[in-house]
Amino acid sequence: MYAPSFVSADFCEKRVPHRNRIASGWKEPYRVTGIDWLILGLYFAFVLGIGVALKGSMKTSTDFFLAGRAIPAWVAGLAFMSANLGAQEVIGMGASGAKYGIATSHFYWIGAIPAMVFVGLFMMPFYYGSRARSVPEYLRLRFDEKTRGLNAISFAIMTIFSSGISMYAIAKLIQTLHVFDGVFQRLGLSSSWIFDFAILISAIVVLVYTFLGGLSSAIYNEVLQFFLIVAGFLPLSYLGLKNVGGWSGLKATLGPSYTHSWAGMSHANTNRLGVEWFGLAMGLGFVLSFGYWCTDFLVIQRAMAAKSMSAARRTPLIGAFPKMLFPFLVILPGLIAIALPTQPDVPLHARVVVSAQPPGRGIIPIKVDATSGQPMLDKDGKPQLDYDLAVPSMLLHYFPPGMLGLGLTALLASFMSGMAGNVTAFNTVWTYDIYQSYIRPGATDAHYLWMGRASTVFGIAFSIAAAYMANRFNNIMDMLQLVFAFVNAPLFATFLLGMFWKRTTGHAAFTGLLAGTAAAAIHHGLTLPAGAVVGIKGGWLAVTHLYPSEMAQNFWTAIYAWSTCFVVTIVVSLMTRAPEESKLVGLVYSLTPKPEEEPLAWYARPASLAIMVLAGTVLLNIIFW
Amino acid sequence: MGIDIRLPLGILFLLLGSTLIVYGAVSDASLYRQSLGINVNLYWGVVLLAFGALMFTLSRRGARAEAQAKNIPQSPRSPGH
Repeated sequence: MYAPSFVSADFCEKRVPHRNRIASGWKEPYRVTGIDWLILGLYFAFVLGIGVALKGSMKTSTDFFLAGRAIPAWVAGLAFMSANLGAQEVIGMGASGAKYGIATSHFYWIGAIPAMVFVGLFMMPFYYGSRARSVPEYLRLRFDEKTRGLNAISFAIMTIFSSGISMYAIAKLIQTLHVFDGVFQRLGLSSSWIFDFAILISAIVVLVYTFLGGLSSAIYNEVLQFFLIVAGFLPLSYLGLKNVGGWSGLKATLGPSYTHSWAGMSHANTNRLGVEWFGLAMGLGFVLSFGYWCTDFLVIQRAMAAKSMSAARRTPLIGAFPKMLFPFLVILPGLIAIALPTQPDVPLHARVVVSAQPPGRGIIPIKVDATSGQPMLDKDGKPQLDYDLAVPSMLLHYFPPGMLGLGLTALLASFMSGMAGNVTAFNTVWTYDIYQSYIRPGATDAHYLWMGRASTVFGIAFSIAAAYMANRFNNIMDMLQLVFAFVNAPLFATFLLGMFWKRTTGHAAFTGLLAGTAAAAIHHGLTLPAGAVVGIKGGWLAVTHLYPSEMAQNFWTAIYAWSTCFVVTIVVSLMTRAPEESKLVGLVYSLTPKPEEEPLAWYARPASLAIMVLAGTVLLNIIFW
Repeated sequence: MGIDIRLPLGILFLLLGSTLIVYGAVSDASLYRQSLGINVNLYWGVVLLAFGALMFTLSRRGARAEAQAKNIPQSPRSPGH
């Protein structure tokens, strides 16, 4: 899940490498009780059961990679949204809620909804209608082989690393929450093996159900996961909000900077995000958001698996409804965690106080350096808060045994679905766009089905390697995420021109993408966020401009990349020979007949859904202005 | 192809709901001091059970509708017509 990582890139930051994390800001070694194990066990039984139940229906490669194109709209819609709801999202959004306040909801309200509406209404007719089996394959049909190759290879590498980072995050969380400590103690095993055990177990579970049931299995599990996250997090928001005296109580405790999403956006220095409205709307709301939701095969694959054109178009629109409301489940707990009275001594069952660290803020502990055991300080010498523990702290704070099992299940479910989403996108792009295209064309369908299963196995094996790399060499992961950001930023310009301007040529698309990526790298090399050191954060060519925050720098990097790709693609298109129009039918807006509407009730039509979800989003923005 | 996800979803939530209800009914009241004195296991268990029952019912109804839809087009083709 690389695209939203610009918000929560610090999720994986600097908690590495501490395999033996004895000194920790985390105070209580928590023991999972029998009832919690029972609930976790129930969930795992169903996850694996779904894979086993689907095994028999995987007869062709289309069954395996595209769920036989038979998924109902509501199932595909929930999967579309949940595939993105992985580790960085659930933990990262809570962390950002605690750090930036309700303004974090911009990542949903302007950073997702408009793009989800756009892809459903305007782009899905070409993705689904072209019968392309993947996003890179659409690029080959519309442009040429080299544009597809560029997209397929970079996408395949990114999914492996994203799924590795997801796995690393699960293992880290299991270790931090001491989920397995009791079991390991009883078995007389060293607790230093917990990280490895957690990696192994999550890899095996995801492997079993995606190997057996392919995309169908991943999609069905994403639906289970969606309802589990609601089941686990809704009571958390309710209890927390009740405790702090409702929204008005939260406003009184935290002050306006935490509880308004737009006030103060006129200038970067007057809001917590450190971005001005233009950079936010263009960088996040347009370039990054459309680049992810409209072009990323991880999510588009869910819509391509829908059972009809109308179902495919409604997939992102149906997903947009829960997306609009999710800030109340994943961001609000972060705000509550920071608003609660700071309690060095939280009353918890089975609690042993092992450290005499200074208190954090609210119930969020401070960050502790693993090697020295000392609090980590920011540039003003104040202790830093470990924001990533906001959501886990809330779970432990409010949930008794039983509900806690459900909360942990919701967290684990989200991690695994995020990983499975990457694995299923990887095996499809690998098999159709790399293996079938460049390595072994013309084999039987049974062979490609076999390759799909084989690539599931080695995809997960590579992910494990990536997870260990994240654990050992944090800087390499930071660098890779940066490179992914450069590669992704210009993508939407290529798709927009490709779908809506028939003159766009293959040479232009390819050159535009390379130019956009280069522009992103150069912009990053010439600018630096305030207070950062020259290097991975930017300025490695020369520092010509200082941004008020890293987020502002990210958004502007994306804006430069997109604009460069857009202009270069147009210029090169005009200089190269126009593509034959007869070959573009079904791929370009002006040459494709309008999709026939299925007879649907007025409220279920794509346009009606789009208007409803946009109106709801505008209303939420006004309420939380 | 595939399965009607509402069936496993319904069964999973019926089981989760009943587990929480039973545990909420037998567990010690002091456990709930941290959840503001509310027996969240019991109350939320009831909500999850109701959701599970709804999904289960919908999937049964869906299966019946599908079976009917299959029977109708078959009958004209049956011998004797």
